[in-house]
Amino acid sequence: MNTRSNHPLSRIEYQVMWNRLISVVEEQAQTLVRTAFGTATREAGDLSAGVYDTKGRMLAQAVTGTPGHVNSMAMSTGHVLDKVPITKMNEGDAFIVNDPWQGTGHLNDIVIVTPTFRRGKPVGLFACTLHVVDIGGRGIIGEAKQVYEEGIYLPITKIVDRGEMNEWLIDIIKANVREPIQVIGDIYSEIASNEVGGKRLVAMMDEFGLEHLDDLAKHILDHSREASLEAINRLPHGTYHNSMMVDGINGKPMELKAKLTIGPEGIDVDFAGSAGLVQLGINVPLCYTEAYTSFGVKCIVAPHVPNNAASLATIRVTAPEGCILNAKHPAPVAGRSIIGQMLPDVVFGCLQQAMPGGVPAEGTSCLWNVRLMGGMGRVDADPEMLKGATPYNVTGFHSGGTGARPKLDGLSATAFPSGVRNVPVEITETNAPVLVWSKEYRQDSGGAGEFRGGLGQVMEIETAEDMPFAISTSFDRVVYPPRGRAGGRNGTTGKVETRSGRTLPPKAQSTIPVGDRLIVSMPGGGGYGDPHKRPAKKVADDVARGLVSIEAAREYYGVAVDADGVLDEAETARLRTKAAAE
Amino acid sequence: MPPAISPDRVRHADQVRLAVDIGGTFTDVVLETPDARYSTKVLTTKAAPEDGVLDGMMRALKLGGIEPGQVGLIVHGTTLATNAIIERKGAKTALVTTKGFRDSIEMAQENRFEQYDIFIEKPEPLAPRTMRFTVPERIDAKGGVRLPLDEAAVEALAETLKAKGVEAIAIGFLHSYANPAHERRTAEILAAKLPGVRISISSEVCPEVREYERFSTTCANAYVQPLMARYLESLQSRARAAGFACPLLLMTSGGGLTTLETAVRFPIRLVESGPAGGVILSTWIADNMGIDRILSFDMGGTTAKICIIDDGKPMASRSFEVDRRYRFMKGSGLPVRIPVIEMVEIGAGGGSLAGVDPMKRITVGPESAGSDPGPACYRLGGTKPAVTDANVVLGRIDPDRFAGGSIKLDASLSRQALDTHVGTPLDLDTTLSAFGVSEVVEENMANAARVHAVERGAELEGRTLIAFGGGAPLHAARLAEKLGIADVLIPASAGVGSAVGFLRAPIAFEVVRSRFVRLSAFDPAAINTMFAEMAREATDVVKLGAGAAPIRISRSADMRYAGQGHEILVDLPDGPFTKDSVAELQKRFDAGYRALFNRVIPALDVEVVGWILKAEAPAPGRAAELPMAAAGESGAPAAVGTRTLFDPMLREFASVPVYARTALKPGQSMQGPAVIAEDETTTIITSGFTATLDPSGAIRLLARKAVLQEAAQ
Repeated sequence: MNTRSNHPLSRIEYQVMWNRLISVVEEQAQTLVRTAFGTATREAGDLSAGVYDTKGRMLAQAVTGTPGHVNSMAMSTGHVLDKVPITKMNEGDAFIVNDPWQGTGHLNDIVIVTPTFRRGKPVGLFACTLHVVDIGGRGIIGEAKQVYEEGIYLPITKIVDRGEMNEWLIDIIKANVREPIQVIGDIYSEIASNEVGGKRLVAMMDEFGLEHLDDLAKHILDHSREASLEAINRLPHGTYHNSMMVDGINGKPMELKAKLTIGPEGIDVDFAGSAGLVQLGINVPLCYTEAYTSFGVKCIVAPHVPNNAASLATIRVTAPEGCILNAKHPAPVAGRSIIGQMLPDVVFGCLQQAMPGGVPAEGTSCLWNVRLMGGMGRVDADPEMLKGATPYNVTGFHSGGTGARPKLDGLSATAFPSGVRNVPVEITETNAPVLVWSKEYRQDSGGAGEFRGGLGQVMEIETAEDMPFAISTSFDRVVYPPRGRAGGRNGTTGKVETRSGRTLPPKAQSTIPVGDRLIVSMPGGGGYGDPHKRPAKKVADDVARGLVSIEAAREYYGVAVDADGVLDEAETARLRTKAAAE
Repeated sequence: MPPAISPDRVRHADQVRLAVDIGGTFTDVVLETPDARYSTKVLTTKAAPEDGVLDGMMRALKLGGIEPGQVGLIVHGTTLATNAIIERKGAKTALVTTKGFRDSIEMAQENRFEQYDIFIEKPEPLAPRTMRFTVPERIDAKGGVRLPLDEAAVEALAETLKAKGVEAIAIGFLHSYANPAHERRTAEILAAKLPGVRISISSEVCPEVREYERFSTTCANAYVQPLMARYLESLQSRARAAGFACPLLLMTSGGGLTTLETAVRFPIRLVESGPAGGVILSTWIADNMGIDRILSFDMGGTTAKICIIDDGKPMASRSFEVDRRYRFMKGSGLPVRIPVIEMVEIGAGGGSLAGVDPMKRITVGPESAGSDPGPACYRLGGTKPAVTDANVVLGRIDPDRFAGGSIKLDASLSRQALDTHVGTPLDLDTTLSAFGVSEVVEENMANAARVHAVERGAELEGRTLIAFGGGAPLHAARLAEKLGIADVLIPASAGVGSAVGFLRAPIAFEVVRSRFVRLSAFDPAAINTMFAEMAREATDVVKLGAGAAPIRISRSADMRYAGQGHEILVDLPDGPFTKDSVAELQKRFDAGYRALFNRVIPALDVEVVGWILKAEAPAPGRAAELPMAAAGESGAPAAVGTRTLFDPMLREFASVPVYARTALKPGQSMQGPAVIAEDETTTIITSGFTATLDPSGAIRLLARKAVLQEAAQ
């Protein structure tokens, strides 16, 4: 087998096998998407799947909607192998873990790791993870002050033993979650999807006559490392700093600070100097910090190199203990995504200095999920009044605008860095007694620039059954807007309010009384480049489309235009010349 | 307009029939008489496609010595609607929607279809924001009116639309699938004020929950409607003037035929009719030969399409995207919810370009050289290697006989392109570069088929691969090897397969309703009433084309566990529902769910989201049968020459016999490696296969292993 890698024909074969391995994890992930229950998994693609060699090195990962799992899941297989050496594993075993520090950052993510055997010998492992609808505890942004209050905590444990389901463990999980059928169903899906992966891997090894994956692993990892380093080494070596303010909690803003070093062996990102821990579940375990940081670096520097142990190893992430980006047990972490999703913007600010013109402006970045609740125990109202109210809890995944890109406008109402899809209004209204009266672009919210920031959106919501309802918010960019880049203006901050004029808090639960409406205005992305360089024709078009107001066109872009988008060229020339002179 | 078809005329449509398939480059015409089949290809005349159609039909008739008046039926499929969308050359279309929802069709799913590319652009909706208008009205999820329609606002809007010079209008209100009253009233008001402007309403075009998909489908329908109406009506009158007195039926993406009237109402249902024709042909051949598990494989110049067919039924769905702009990726096109034959399409065709990526991996497609400049060997200035170039180097394509010798290929240009773009960066010689390209494109197709099968809960092993389209017979044997498939069929006239398929299609119409029903609260009377109404609607359409022919009704439902995101399609029993039907529905759902996912979830309520009814009359005319010659011959035919071919299993060149397809006799068999040449394509028999000419005229490749097993039994 040793000669195999040198023969030219074998090089073609290795490549075919590499492609096959990627297809195998896609099949594994598809099995999960089709069978999962949690809304986050099936509607939004909040899952991941990957294959590992017996040393625990990830060889291929399916491309799914969640950067948060990028290398957190990659590491969890290593943790399993540390606890249970491969020699102690048996055919038909599977392991479960939701430890936020050994899994993917919060208890709702359950990881399953399954060894694959061929002719009685372990040849590799499959792992997958998904977000279950409930894990017990006090909610994503709840009252929890410690991880103990966030739900059931599963250290690395055997869930299937030689094909036998560990029914004792299943019973314990069932007894600790609010939606036992769905959660157990999800765990079964994960086990099945790893089995599908294992079966395909064995078939592939049969077809190509492989006794082990060692040579193929070497081929994949060597080429990925080379390609990653080649991309990194095209950038000027050096150390770049950036700092970004986020809203934080209780009126206390937080600074996120990064030092990014580009060197011959890869990129190092350190978050020393960032804010400390808080007593709310928005703290981030390091594995999750690594995930969003690597994603941010990768999508700028080497988007085409597939994720695996070698490509991910070229991006190293550190943060001092006790900082919000390296929260230790038992800090609460259930809502770690709110801060985690901000990290690509922090990284972009560093990379901008190394590759001017290659990085977008800041965007909304954290999801603006509209989580609505009704019924007893969920709404702050007289229990007598809530008699007969429909109990519900629905989440609509929604987004503000993304930052403008060099040479392209930002995307309006589009998730980034998260890859989730929204939930249609008609589905939300079918699942819960609410009426969405409006869901439209938010005029002037996109930061002005030669390339305009993506627009946020405004949603206006009312109860449909004469009962008060509640919203549980977990929003950022309400105080600190997404910043523009290269002379582009900032995007507009978001806000949560009622039609009657009450401003609601961005990270808490609030009740909306009967007769009033909830209005959620989502942020717009930052602009890129001097707004006066935006062709007047494009500004006029934005005005005709109602994306930019006549006033904003004049004030920020120096363009005089009427509501139909008809340009006053003389006036525009005058405005722009005047601005240039100033 | 008089009815397009008078029912009594269809009954006699069993003598001579014409099929016309307009593609991007060629218009294929097939003439079938009781005794023979003739086919011809003419260039598609883009400005006035009916010119090419008429020209092609007259040529085909001449080949058969037939007069227009003798033709009993014309069946037509076209990509015109698809092209109008791709080239954004449809009507000036306005969307009228519920106040507050002006941007639903642009926000789409609020996501990015490609996770790692921060420079993607999302598809531009067919109605830009300046052409989207809202009116106060609101219906809730149960169909209740929360805010009455503001008719005065609609009246006022009519003036605006007139001033804007709107040519087509799409009306899409929230929850109109549950209560279409506001949409209908709005259409009435606008129709009165804007005579001549075509109006599509979402509760008719696509009465299904999920506003983005429904509005997108309705806009697409409106967008192509004026153009398609003009074309179809002109074609009909031109055909009449030329002496054709017969009906004209249109092929739909769902694999059924429909009348011209219906096609003008729902032109969006005509997209993808060409590929559907190919699948219908595969299905029909399989039926005739008694094969029940098929993988249909169609490979052309730019893409390959793969479809799973079980027990005579191609996989069906109602989810399709037109104009996938980004590497044919899911989410990069415009969704349309129409009945379609489910196919996976990937950027792998003869023109797909090869290169090397930063990981030193050979890549193939989805970028394509198209036909201009085409592959390097075309001598039209292309310098990048395409799949066709690899096939020339490997001996799969004879450069002197390509397309019947009409295009002379230059093999040295193929070698040069492969050396420059693959061989040099990877330190491979020309042959291995070419082999690498062919392996990668075949692996890409195999992987797409595998992932598709997993998505649909199907197994590929043990299927018969039916290959058609110019590129498929070149790659079918190797693809089969990769998929563990031992049986490959290459039907006769594979090159005009779609048009032949049109002649085998039933007359069919499908209607759908979104109505959420939990099995625990199943009300048989209400569902029976709904289905009765749907049956009336569907049979009315089918009758127009089928006359007195018997019409079969089949019903199915989109079902899921309550709260789950994806539905599965479950066939429903015939006949009216009773209280006892719940158990049967549960049983069928469980069976379907288990087939897909290997398990069921106990104690969870099941709900029906969508109800589907299809009315179908058999293919018009005499039931066609596969002509079966007697398999009198055995042994090997005489080779007409030899060729140097690279065999993927042996991994070396061998001098192999070349057989002429036209000279083969049923029953004769050939051992791979060998080549069977014909004008339209070339069939490659790899060393793992033995080929036989089937009595139907198809070439059948059986894996050597399978042949030996059969002999042993």
